[in-house]
Amino acid sequence: MVSVRPVSVTPSSLTYSDIPWIVEHREDRCTLCGHCTSVCPKNAIYLAHRRQRMPKLDILNKNRSNDYRTFVGIRQRTTMANACIGCAMCAMVCPNEAITPVPNTNEHRSLFFHNQKGEPRKRGGRRNAGGPTLLDRILFDRISMLTDPALDAGRHEFNVTTTLGRVLAPEEFLNRTLNGGWIPPTREIFPFVIGSMSFGALSPNMWLGLLQGVAYCNEVLGIPVVMCTGEGGCPPWVLRSRYLKYLILQIASGYFGWDEIIRAIPEMQCDPAAIEIKYGQGAKPGDGGLLMWFKVSKMIARLRGVPEGVDLPSPPVHQTLYSIEESVMKMMQTLSMAFNHKVPVYPKISASTSSKSVLNNLVRNPYAGGLVIDGIDGGTGAAYNVSMDATGHPIASNVRECYLDLIAQGKQNEIPIFAAGGIGKNGNVAQNGMALIMLGASGVHIGKYVMQAAAGCLGNEKNRCNVCNVGICPKGITSQNPKLYRRLDADLVAERVGDIFMSIQTEMKKIMAPLGRSQSLPIGMSDALGINDKDAAERLQIKYVC
Amino acid sequence: MCRLALKTANEPFSPYTVLTAMEAMKEGYDGSGLGILLRGMEFEDFKYNPKFPILSGIAHSEKSWHRLDDFMENRGYDLKYDHKFAMRRDLIEAKDRYRYFVRAYRMPDRFSNSTQDEKDEELMLTRLALRKDGEKHGDLTVYSFWPDVTVIKEVGWPLQVGDTLCLHDGQIKSRVCMAQGRQNTNYGINLYACHPFFLQGIATMTNGENTAFVPIRDWLLGKAFPGYMGYQSDSEVFAHILHYTLKMLKLPLQAYKHIITPLSPSELSLHPQGEFLMGLRSVCRRLIIDGPNTVIGTLPDETCLLVMDQKKMRPATVGGRPGEWAIASEMCGVDAMIPDRDPSFDFQPMREHTILVPPDRKELTIWSQYDPYPLPQAA
Repeated sequence: MVSVRPVSVTPSSLTYSDIPWIVEHREDRCTLCGHCTSVCPKNAIYLAHRRQRMPKLDILNKNRSNDYRTFVGIRQRTTMANACIGCAMCAMVCPNEAITPVPNTNEHRSLFFHNQKGEPRKRGGRRNAGGPTLLDRILFDRISMLTDPALDAGRHEFNVTTTLGRVLAPEEFLNRTLNGGWIPPTREIFPFVIGSMSFGALSPNMWLGLLQGVAYCNEVLGIPVVMCTGEGGCPPWVLRSRYLKYLILQIASGYFGWDEIIRAIPEMQCDPAAIEIKYGQGAKPGDGGLLMWFKVSKMIARLRGVPEGVDLPSPPVHQTLYSIEESVMKMMQTLSMAFNHKVPVYPKISASTSSKSVLNNLVRNPYAGGLVIDGIDGGTGAAYNVSMDATGHPIASNVRECYLDLIAQGKQNEIPIFAAGGIGKNGNVAQNGMALIMLGASGVHIGKYVMQAAAGCLGNEKNRCNVCNVGICPKGITSQNPKLYRRLDADLVAERVGDIFMSIQTEMKKIMAPLGRSQSLPIGMSDALGINDKDAAERLQIKYVC
Repeated sequence: MCRLALKTANEPFSPYTVLTAMEAMKEGYDGSGLGILLRGMEFEDFKYNPKFPILSGIAHSEKSWHRLDDFMENRGYDLKYDHKFAMRRDLIEAKDRYRYFVRAYRMPDRFSNSTQDEKDEELMLTRLALRKDGEKHGDLTVYSFWPDVTVIKEVGWPLQVGDTLCLHDGQIKSRVCMAQGRQNTNYGINLYACHPFFLQGIATMTNGENTAFVPIRDWLLGKAFPGYMGYQSDSEVFAHILHYTLKMLKLPLQAYKHIITPLSPSELSLHPQGEFLMGLRSVCRRLIIDGPNTVIGTLPDETCLLVMDQKKMRPATVGGRPGEWAIASEMCGVDAMIPDRDPSFDFQPMREHTILVPPDRKELTIWSQYDPYPLPQAA
């Protein structure tokens, strides 16, 4: 039997109030300039002609009738493919403040229709878990009040760098120094590292703007910031430049870009800061990198050594004939050897209940130069929604547990732990980072914060934007489309990178000075921390304060 | 803030001299503790052989006194001398002080062929066993067990403690005496929390707060060395770092300053042995102190040591003349100990300095961290 359909609706039909963002448009302000419709990355709005009834009343002749007027307005599309993402580019370009998206506080029926054509939702961005994080709630409460006044953050000298790379036990260091043994390479770096975001995930302007900013931090500001390339290789001219020393080259399960890197080794002017072997990522543990075909432009294809316009999913694990333990060991050894044992090599894993076993494995591996643990709040360029939302482990207790484990073995100075995932997601980047450092991390990796602060990424924890995966980033940060990424001025990104790190450094001093610390980064200074949550305090072995 | 005084002289002197210096610096502490360490012992009524280890501490009850006796006897120690203080108990608040003991023992015969390291370990383990026993029963406190060293610690004002033990009577003298008047800061009033801290012949005392205490303590505990324990005071780690530098790493004394307050990477890049020192800085990173502190120490050969933290917010002064030197956290302390010196030769070390009074006490040695480092490792 054929159903009778009095109105044209389908099971997937939505109206504008079902979409997470409702576009509010004021006709009285609109000049029909068309900026908003042309800038909208989702093509979510369009100019429409509408008819309005104008009641007409002629009282003297006792006549009632209607007039109609035609007007032009902005209308919101309601298909899932064109649903507004709340990026607010329309509002940004509107000369008259005539249009803006507002969050729909109603139940979002659209959530049930993300799986069009049997494909679960994929997106970029963040976990969309709003509100203060646990890190935001940690207080620095051990301020010297009795015998020793707090220091002056503006006038004292501060040593705020941290060590990246394997550090020997003092006895072993002296022994090897005397007998000519191998001293593993280390780097003194700023403890806030720009985390791995690949050339591919990021647009060329963004990536090079970051690198330019990092170079400025090092060479002009004297802040030894390093950044990680992510899994996508590195432009050949950078590999052969003196800026390579500010880069951590990442190798991941897709090995993208490593042909270029290996070829460039004999011509390198300096060593890279380190090599990061990615085994896992906090935003999507157990899943490999994913560069969707939208973003595999000619340049990216050339850099990665792949055909243009194909999806580039990296396998979840490194391809190996060995057990994973052997694979970790052999990869570290091989990469260390490739760079003449002069570059620290370390793995990056997703935070998980198995982090401690990885760590203990590394303790016994003389080539392991550290461990990056990436928590569930980490960002990604592209992942399945379910992975981002529900898979993973928060960073704080994971790092703390690993640090306490190292303490029990007396190895806390030998394997630096770097924490990542959600640092600064509410803007408190220095506070979050220092809290993790006092819980035991030697430093932190920040990604989303840098995108937001340096390039004005529009994403937030309310599911705003989140389209990094499909190459339509309205700010040009994660797009490979020249029309989009030309919107982003690399020089201005670099300037913001300088701003960010100068201000983080000042805030670090403002945190350290009242604690009476200036001579070394207060790694593991857990006596300075308190939190108004008994359970969290117990788990993290810090003070409960209220 | 705590006050510190040290005097070292060729001629043994009464510890009361140092207590008068503490009195001169009285504004700085609150009577929550006094610690005295004597080195180079001389007793009025006993010709002391400096090979005999001296056990010093407090037996809080007769029971613990007998337990101590039995323990030492069972372990094979032969009591050679038992110093008895002429006590004026009415002067101190504490009532559970059955006996302050300073007892010299002959080591058991089984150690006659042992190496020095084995003997050192035995002395430390004996002291720790007694300390553990005392903590278990709550009635015995043991400060040191080492040749030629006596430690006295008590809650109270320095002169009050000195008068209680009649330290002015000349019965007990030494060539080196260091004392601290304690200003209780963050931790409970505890006899073990008084400085100087002592481990296998190495002693230090400190003023100021050690804000990097917890990470340093955690690291030292991870070494699983039995002597790295206690930590009733955040300053105890200074003694243990010195012990670690000299005994475990077997580095020269110059390394101590490079470990606790290393030069910055930019300074080290200009240092002749910068590469080695940068490596040392990395491997001993968890031992970097974060004062403000003055650290005053003494070593088994009667060398005396003075260093500042990097911020140098607690300047100390050293002064004296050949044969007799004084170090104090305040100038008036030096004045009290050696009033007839030429104060124009007094020296206040800067952040990079290590001041040594060598055992011959002829002149001060001043080392700078910027000086070339004297070790084959660095070559």
